[in-house]
Amino acid sequence: MSEAQGETADHGGAAREGTAGAGASSTGTTGSTVTDPGGSPGTGTSPDSGTSPDSGTSPGTGTAPSGRPEGKRLHPVTPWRRAWAPVAGLVAFSAHDFERTREWFTHLTTGWLIAAFAVLLPVAAAYGFFSWWFTSYLVTDTELRIRTGLVFRRTAHIRLDRVQAVDVGRPLLARVAGVAKLKLDVVGTEAKDELAFLGEREAVALRAELLARAAGIAPEAAPEAGEAPSREVLRVGTRTLVTGLLLMGTGWGALLATLLVPTVVYLASGSVLGALAALVPALGGVWAATGGRFLKEYDWTVAESPDGLRLDHGLLDREHATVPPGRVQSVRITEPLLWRSRGWVRVELQIAGAGKDKGGVLIPVAPRGEAAVVLARVLPGVDLAGAAGAAVPVPRRARWCAPLLWRGYGHGATDSVFVTRSGLISRRVTLVPHAKVQSVRFEQGPWERRMRLADVAVDHGANGWTAARLRDVEEARALVHAQAERSRTGRREAGPERWMTGGGGDAQAPASESAAGCEGAPGPAAGRPKDQPKGDGTPPTG
Amino acid sequence: MADAGQSTGSPGNATGAAEPDGRWNGVERALLRVRRLVLLCTLLPLAAVTALPLWLTAGPAWAAFGLLPLAAVAWGWGALGRNWRSWRYVERADDLLISRGVLWRQLTVVPYGRMQLVEVTSGPLERRYGLARVQLHTAAATTDATIPGLAPDEAERLRDRLTELGGARSAGL
Repeated sequence: MSEAQGETADHGGAAREGTAGAGASSTGTTGSTVTDPGGSPGTGTSPDSGTSPDSGTSPGTGTAPSGRPEGKRLHPVTPWRRAWAPVAGLVAFSAHDFERTREWFTHLTTGWLIAAFAVLLPVAAAYGFFSWWFTSYLVTDTELRIRTGLVFRRTAHIRLDRVQAVDVGRPLLARVAGVAKLKLDVVGTEAKDELAFLGEREAVALRAELLARAAGIAPEAAPEAGEAPSREVLRVGTRTLVTGLLLMGTGWGALLATLLVPTVVYLASGSVLGALAALVPALGGVWAATGGRFLKEYDWTVAESPDGLRLDHGLLDREHATVPPGRVQSVRITEPLLWRSRGWVRVELQIAGAGKDKGGVLIPVAPRGEAAVVLARVLPGVDLAGAAGAAVPVPRRARWCAPLLWRGYGHGATDSVFVTRSGLISRRVTLVPHAKVQSVRFEQGPWERRMRLADVAVDHGANGWTAARLRDVEEARALVHAQAERSRTGRREAGPERWMTGGGGDAQAPASESAAGCEGAPGPAAGRPKDQPKGDGTPPTG
Repeated sequence: MADAGQSTGSPGNATGAAEPDGRWNGVERALLRVRRLVLLCTLLPLAAVTALPLWLTAGPAWAAFGLLPLAAVAWGWGALGRNWRSWRYVERADDLLISRGVLWRQLTVVPYGRMQLVEVTSGPLERRYGLARVQLHTAAATTDATIPGLAPDEAERLRDRLTELGGARSAGL
């Protein structure tokens, strides 16, 4: 590459730096910092908390052990969510060591029981109460702060401009109680950084406020901005979902294993217990592949709004996720064998900071055409057919490296995404936007070298990678450098992190925003008519 | 540690295809010395521990098993040398290239703007031989960009330069 290109890249980088936030180089993409105030009032509260609703409390009281910490409290039902834990512990213990438990219980007298309850109940109640009392959250202009901890105080500051997704979950029991939990997906947050539980209405209002602030809407308008209007793009019918699940190989495979393995174990060992021990995990597998997925993916709805994509799903546990624009690190389109005649696909997406337990499903099952429409919203300017068509098969000699499988491999690149294809029975197409590529690797084993082949892998920010396998070695070498170049420049065309601040001050933003924003969707300004006048007056950094 | 394999132009194993606009730097020869030392310190005692009891209990013929670790030493000696020669890196205008491996070759390209932090570490043995290791972290945990065996001065220079370039070109996720 030439020196001139280096120069332009430099200016672009500097321009972005000015608007995207000066903290980027030091704090990196990790949007969450955890502090342990340890009694010093200064660390827990930074000066910018002035506009927070509850900041009437002086910073000093926040860390005093007896005082009520600033911020809002969780829903009073929260302490009860762990009430089942001691009971479960007792049951597990007695199941584990039945004889001893029975021995104990024969020794227990009424007096002992009363004494135990007289001690245990108040302790448990006090623990529940204080853990609730000392947990609070606070929304400032730039952060969500969560304070927890009775003995070991912990304050998590979650930067709103780094938000990758907002999840609101309502498990079955929580729905009965009318509460919900809210979690911000930010790189570096942990499972305990979720707000569980809030009142349902409160959770929705908080989500709207957090998104409004993260979007860069003027701070004074953010609390009243309300939910941005959304438009349904796709709803998966129950019939389609069930048919799709029935046509998946995994459920049937698990069922076959459930029938076969315990039978074999029984025939081989003759022990019923052994067969049962083999049956239980197998049944779990069947449940996860069929019933569990049905419950989770029931009534799957994809809607679009200026705040990004909204996903709602679940039969018993309702879950909601909002993924702001430009947060998707990678998309995978899977096409199981039996779905092909119907033209159905499954689409998964990866977001940085999402927990490992989450499958990251975008569409559980949908016709290709409808999936393409949703995909165009997720990755603006990406055409599913075009991207899949861009994948070029590998050279024929690759069959010596990966017999049979070589037919499935393919790779291509469009203007905006890196495309790889793999799989024979279940075809997978993976798309990684160039702007999300963190590093590029060229890899070659001894056998591949003999065949003059090589792999090119790209790493993206959701702790994943995808590889274009078995390319011709010359092509792979050129590809490494071309991809590094594309991912470097691709970043500049991406939309701003605060997606409502398109016209803030970044000279490149207006053009790139319209290119990267929702194509064919109601534009950001139209979507939030209430806040449009404030949009331009917003300082870029909030 | 003067000779650091400062080969210019295209490297022998040629994992870099497009000619980079910089010089490929090798790593310090001391790294090879440390690694060979570790090899000797583990395998030679192992050879002794294998051969001696066998000699005493089963006879001298069985003691030939002690030659296996010695053969591993002989092979490892050469392999470490080849591996050491394969490590090289180059700073280009916009990205850092790290190339390594003999049988399994790998070339990693990290654009400066994607670096989240640069880490310089030096263990006791490495310090004894005047070595340091520079590791680059991006937002992707799978990024494997480590340069072992740099002179501490060079490691610090590289760290400062990378931080400076990373700061100028930094980008979010």
